[in-house]
Amino acid sequence: MIVVVMSTRRIYMDYAATTPIDPLVVRMMLPYFSEKFGNTASLHQEGSEAGIALERSRKIIAKILGAKETEVYFTSSATESNNTVIKGITWANKEKGKHIIISATEHDCVMESAKWMEKQGFEVTKLPVDENGLVKIEELKKAIKKETILVSVIHANNEVGTINNIEEIGKICREAGVYFHTDASQSFGKIPIDVAKMKIDLLTASSHKIYGPKGAAILYIREGVKIEALLHGGGHEGGMRSATVNVPAIVGMAKAAEICNNEMAEESARLMQLRDKMIQNILKNIEGTRLNGDPVKRLPNNVNISFENVEGESILMMLDQEGVAVSTGSACSSRTLEPSHVLTAMGLEAKVAHGSIRFSLGRWTTEKEVNYVLEILPKIILKLRQISPFKTKI
Amino acid sequence: MNYSKIVLKHFRNPHNLGKIAKPDGVGEVGNMACGDVMRLYIKVKDDKIEDIKFETYGCAAAIATSSAVTDMAKGKTLDEVLKLDYEQVIKDLGGLPPIKVHCSLLAIDALGEAIYEYLVKNKREIPEDLEIKHQKILTRGRH
Repeated sequence: MIVVVMSTRRIYMDYAATTPIDPLVVRMMLPYFSEKFGNTASLHQEGSEAGIALERSRKIIAKILGAKETEVYFTSSATESNNTVIKGITWANKEKGKHIIISATEHDCVMESAKWMEKQGFEVTKLPVDENGLVKIEELKKAIKKETILVSVIHANNEVGTINNIEEIGKICREAGVYFHTDASQSFGKIPIDVAKMKIDLLTASSHKIYGPKGAAILYIREGVKIEALLHGGGHEGGMRSATVNVPAIVGMAKAAEICNNEMAEESARLMQLRDKMIQNILKNIEGTRLNGDPVKRLPNNVNISFENVEGESILMMLDQEGVAVSTGSACSSRTLEPSHVLTAMGLEAKVAHGSIRFSLGRWTTEKEVNYVLEILPKIILKLRQISPFKTKI
Repeated sequence: MNYSKIVLKHFRNPHNLGKIAKPDGVGEVGNMACGDVMRLYIKVKDDKIEDIKFETYGCAAAIATSSAVTDMAKGKTLDEVLKLDYEQVIKDLGGLPPIKVHCSLLAIDALGEAIYEYLVKNKREIPEDLEIKHQKILTRGRH
């Protein structure tokens, strides 16, 4: 008898990469493609209809962040928001000084923007993190000097899910009179954010990480912050971001944010329970494993594990063949063939970083799916360890 | 990553996997820091590869190329095996993503190193090309 195990059902555990759009969000967006298609800059009825939708969306986001409506700007992506911050703040404040501070575990779009600023003659300090990925607060205090114009620290890390102490960092920056930006792409919609309480001057958040469409993001800019725009033109978004406004995507983002905000407490408790079940089960049942990132100050949906003596891309591909989508910090999966800068900044040896897998859970992750992954994972690791020349265990 | 069906087949069920108890030659290339290590064992009889096995730590492409190379080498004479090149490996695998081409080079290098060890052990003459290749691998730190 031939047993055909053909699973066509996919298990998506890469919600930190991107999320499917919630059907409620899609329904909300639909009228803005062909019926209410106007340009927000137009004076006629079609334009004003689009304009109303835009401002309603802004109001929703502002309320969630604890910000004023005039402080919320829509952009196309978190990458654009982060680029606008790094380049726009430095340009507008270079008379004060040419020094910026970022953490060593920022997303590539902050890292690469900062690197570009170095080429333009700015000085960049990269704050070290501890073994769990938390920015060392003492190092921040030491790094701020009178030429410092910006501190940018990621709220929750995209790879290991570590949540930085943003409130403390915000306080230090505010007292020092330095602008503070946080990239909240992974945290917005998942954990509470209050820009006033956290003393945040600039904040980035994205739509497609919270069950909204791709192509929309926000940049919160506190009133009075001196910043220059990247895109000049027709003066949309108060001159901060000229370009015809992507109304359907923005309407979708606002709806998506609203749903996340309403369901946050319940959903994060549910995800944390699944997350902890996965972590405990893997660490207990598979030898030579370690948890990457902080065990407590951690996003509710992030599981990041290193498997000794197996390489992450091969685990990913094996899981993919079994219907499970995850991601890895291994060099073999990157364009540069370098292991993840986040894991290496946390002090992980390259070989440990190569064996890392990120499972990120989300709205449609079920206990059944978690159980299936926990069932097949030990077999996959065993199989790959049989292929590997290194058999030692940690 | 867009791997061909053949690559995925080798990856899922690698051929010639494991060790040879008393090998006539072992070739090891790559290093853990880079994320790829290939170890290849050969048994030689009448100047032919009688048996060949491998162990690989690495990505799907590294595992698949190791498997494919052992298939290509098995039963062939040493001269024939030394003429194998990475382009043939890639062709046999139905292509490799450009960023993974180096994996096929590693597999060929591991094979060359195993034969090199066999020839040295048996006090045989080392072909000039193989000697150059061996020296290169040594200076690159086995990678």
